[in-house]
Amino acid sequence: MSYFDHLAFGIYPYIAFAVMLIGSWIRYDREQYSWKTSSSQLLEKKQLRRGSIPFHIGILAILGGHAVGLLTPAEVWHVLGISAAFKQKIAMGVGGFFGLICLYGLVILLKRRLTNPRVRASSNPMDIALLWLLLAQLLLGLTSIFVSAGHMDGSEMLKLMAWAQNTVTFDSAEAVAAMQGVHWIFKAHIVLGMTLFVVFPFSRLVHMLSVPLQYIRRPHQIVRQRFVR
Amino acid sequence: MKVRAQIGMVLNLDKCIGCHTCSITCKNVWTSREGVEYAWFNNVETKPGIGFPKEWENQQKWHGGWTKNASGELELKIGGKRRVLANIFANPDLPEIDDYYEPFDFDYQHLHNAPDSKHQPVARPRSLISGQRMEKIEWGPNWEEILGTEFEKRKKDQNFNDVVQKDIYGQFEKTFMMYLPRLCEHCLNPACVAACPSGAVYKREEDGIVLIDQDKCRGWRMCVSACPYKKIYYNWKTGKSEKCTFCFPRIEAGQPTVCSETCVGRIRYLGVLLYDADKIAAAASVANEQDLYQAQLDIFLNPNDPKVIAAARAEGISDNWIKAAQQSPVYMMAMDWKIALPLHPEYRTLPMVWYVPPLSPIQSAVQAGHVGMNGEIPDLKSLRIPLKYLANLLTAGDEKPVVRALERMIAMRAFKRAQQVDGVEDLAVLQQVGLTAHQVEEMYRYMALANYEDRFVIPTSHRAYAENAYDLKSSCGFSFGNGCGDGNNGVNLFGSKAKGVRQVIPVELKD
Repeated sequence: MSYFDHLAFGIYPYIAFAVMLIGSWIRYDREQYSWKTSSSQLLEKKQLRRGSIPFHIGILAILGGHAVGLLTPAEVWHVLGISAAFKQKIAMGVGGFFGLICLYGLVILLKRRLTNPRVRASSNPMDIALLWLLLAQLLLGLTSIFVSAGHMDGSEMLKLMAWAQNTVTFDSAEAVAAMQGVHWIFKAHIVLGMTLFVVFPFSRLVHMLSVPLQYIRRPHQIVRQRFVR
Repeated sequence: MKVRAQIGMVLNLDKCIGCHTCSITCKNVWTSREGVEYAWFNNVETKPGIGFPKEWENQQKWHGGWTKNASGELELKIGGKRRVLANIFANPDLPEIDDYYEPFDFDYQHLHNAPDSKHQPVARPRSLISGQRMEKIEWGPNWEEILGTEFEKRKKDQNFNDVVQKDIYGQFEKTFMMYLPRLCEHCLNPACVAACPSGAVYKREEDGIVLIDQDKCRGWRMCVSACPYKKIYYNWKTGKSEKCTFCFPRIEAGQPTVCSETCVGRIRYLGVLLYDADKIAAAASVANEQDLYQAQLDIFLNPNDPKVIAAARAEGISDNWIKAAQQSPVYMMAMDWKIALPLHPEYRTLPMVWYVPPLSPIQSAVQAGHVGMNGEIPDLKSLRIPLKYLANLLTAGDEKPVVRALERMIAMRAFKRAQQVDGVEDLAVLQQVGLTAHQVEEMYRYMALANYEDRFVIPTSHRAYAENAYDLKSSCGFSFGNGCGDGNNGVNLFGSKAKGVRQVIPVELKD
């Protein structure tokens, strides 16, 4: 167990979550004017439609899959009668499917951002860096499918689940221990994933927290009173 | 009955000379910033034409405004709430910048720096978005100025629908034109408010002004699509939508909006209207589109009715607002004289910026040497601007209200001419259009003389009663939510840039 493992899998996740939570809180509180989707659809529409829809569908499915797959305790899967080997097959299949959809959209979006002169000129460095980060993370994730194919018994996946679950229950020693012997692709995927949490409050990713689900219930018209009479 | 007050506007198109002073003063005050160079909260279009942005009136294309769904309920044309959210990743009904125009500036420095040469140096255009050279400017906010561009393109104007033989208006001898200054309609049933997923767009209760909360806006862009007048603009720099504010800081202080104040033709009127907020939904959902004009008239309340006054007071509307409503030029023109009409009532948003239709030269008079008469009034069918065209613009195609408005304006002229030139009271002409001599004298005062105090009857808002002045001491007035600090210290991690600083794209000399 190296110092690096302790830092990367024992301490870094907490730093990353703390930065995300506190950073988002401060930004929402102090800089809500900057809290936005930063859409560039006005400047370029066709490529955005081709890229944005598959990208968002893919990434939402992947995020959901990670949350459910990593954080649901192994006992629950056992009760459901889903073996680790079978679960790994589902994860590889569903993750690979949505990963490719996401990759298709992301490549279009990245190409558009770099080559469309209007979009390029109105991008800030974080917009571009974020797309590269997401691309790297997505490619790592997709590559890990081939690593997983090398051992279909689900043991590697159980280690990753143990890491995630021990991390959220603040048992970082166990979490670090669980990461022993895990393939470096997974390790890189986790470190980069945590880095995305760090980047979160400083980028347009914050718009994820503003998913306007309350719109469904809201009455159509909004009237505001300036002064309370 | 729930009485609410609204500041409304009337534009007398009969007097608009198309000088664009309103647009320019508005631009200087509100949109001379990076990200909204292309936005004109107020613009003046030459009609017939496809307008700004391109074909904004074509709701088959843009899906703006409201429609009635299968079960007869009012629904946004861009779709119900679920469909709005389903389209959140990429809005299918959003105009692109080229539907407005690519904002540009000229390399003026080149005129100073150009080396000695055989030919005079020129300032060539450069895009304000990408900073790149533009070889040719393809479109602008007023490309169709005074019948610019071919008739083949302008013919797509939706108001030509059902106009017989519209192709003859492409001929030089038969053509017609009018100006249409446009701004946000500050609707009673705004589609933009209903479409905003974040709930950032709202209508102010005390004066009906529709605003966007810049802090709450997340840039989902649904308001841009939902507004049938395309009067919400997405700021591509800040990532927030912006719109006409009806110059609310001026209105609160009892001053007219910038566009109204600076109108050299004195065509704009501002006044208070009282209306019954409980009737909005019913009025916006009447079955026949041509009944929408009357339905909107029916929700306005008579400010001299004691019952209305009592109900208004019960709602907390102050006496100076009620008094202003009683003297409102907007009420007189829309309700008493019925010469002001709403713009495209068929969008079902119940717009609150109304228009007096323009008179036009009498076409056949020149050819035949005489004018067809309908009693005392010339036959309006011989007006150069087709009645159907005006009706499509102002009353969802119903010609009767347009005819009434135009006849009343002609009658006013005939009456005043007889009075001033011939020295007789021509009451017959008034009888035909259903006006009294007193009404016509008032119309003359408001429309021909158009004194400042008559045009703008704006009550100040009672801030003193509602706000604790002590708390406001040394506060910052209008700011973007962060109080006096703009949250910017030069190294802003959140990627926002110093506000109020105008960044000009540096001009590079390449040739």
